[in-house]
Amino acid sequence: MNLVVIIILGLGLVFFAGGAVGILRFPDFYSRLHPAGKMDTLGSFLMLGALALYHLHPFTLDNVLVAIKIMLIVVFYFLASPTATHAIVDAGIRAGQSAWQKPKQGAGS
Amino acid sequence: MQKPPTPQERYQAEAQVISGQIRPVKRFYAFLFVFPTLMALWVVLSGRFDAFHLILGVISCALVSFLSGDLLFPHAPHPRQTFRLWWRFPLYVPWLLYQIFLANLHLLYLTFHPRMLQLIDPHMVRFRSTLKSEMALLTFANSITLTPGTITVRVSPDGDFVVHAIDRFSGEALPGEMEKRVARTFGED
Repeated sequence: MNLVVIIILGLGLVFFAGGAVGILRFPDFYSRLHPAGKMDTLGSFLMLGALALYHLHPFTLDNVLVAIKIMLIVVFYFLASPTATHAIVDAGIRAGQSAWQKPKQGAGS
Repeated sequence: MQKPPTPQERYQAEAQVISGQIRPVKRFYAFLFVFPTLMALWVVLSGRFDAFHLILGVISCALVSFLSGDLLFPHAPHPRQTFRLWWRFPLYVPWLLYQIFLANLHLLYLTFHPRMLQLIDPHMVRFRSTLKSEMALLTFANSITLTPGTITVRVSPDGDFVVHAIDRFSGEALPGEMEKRVARTFGED
């Protein structure tokens, strides 16, 4: 059981790290939002899910309630994160921020 | 299958909600939907199951869903559709999680790829969705944003989508299967 929790926590960390590196590496405002808005979501889902799983261990009512509360955090995160990402993108478009385009390689590409 | 409301009808419906002229039946449907949700939240968050706390919960949830239930869902669907939604939505979520996981792996691969700038090709995708209700459009838009490689830039109430895709691979998948599944979940297929 502990092993499973550790593996899931590690996976979540990998996604969080990927999100952080992605924010630094992608070329412009819009593509930076891709790792920022989504890999964080999956990372927090995995980590909070692992915590909820860990908390279930002595299977009592109190622990189940705590696990449900942790999963509620995930639910609200899943509602809020895309909405926030969308708001930021929309603000960028309204402010006239132009998107990074792939440089054209020769004619017709 | 009823006709989708025109923008003007939507506007009128919202104006009715704001001015409190909405039909009592609709209010009751909204109440049916909001009250169990709030009550479940109350029970989970309070964690006490004695009569005193439960009755407090019933009173406050009833008050809140009576006063503002129709603000949360101005176009509350018929109860039959609502119950359909209650058991269809949990079927949609695992599929979405699986897609999020797959697509995140793809984004992770892109992030750590040394020649990332040659692989990605950000572009805008425009398409028109066949979904009609607001909840379905909202779910679809949030699902698009959650699947990496694509962010919903703009949605109009009529279903016009503008989506920012990180590479060709992510952009091609739209609207595709996800829209079909959302449509099935909300009973619009």
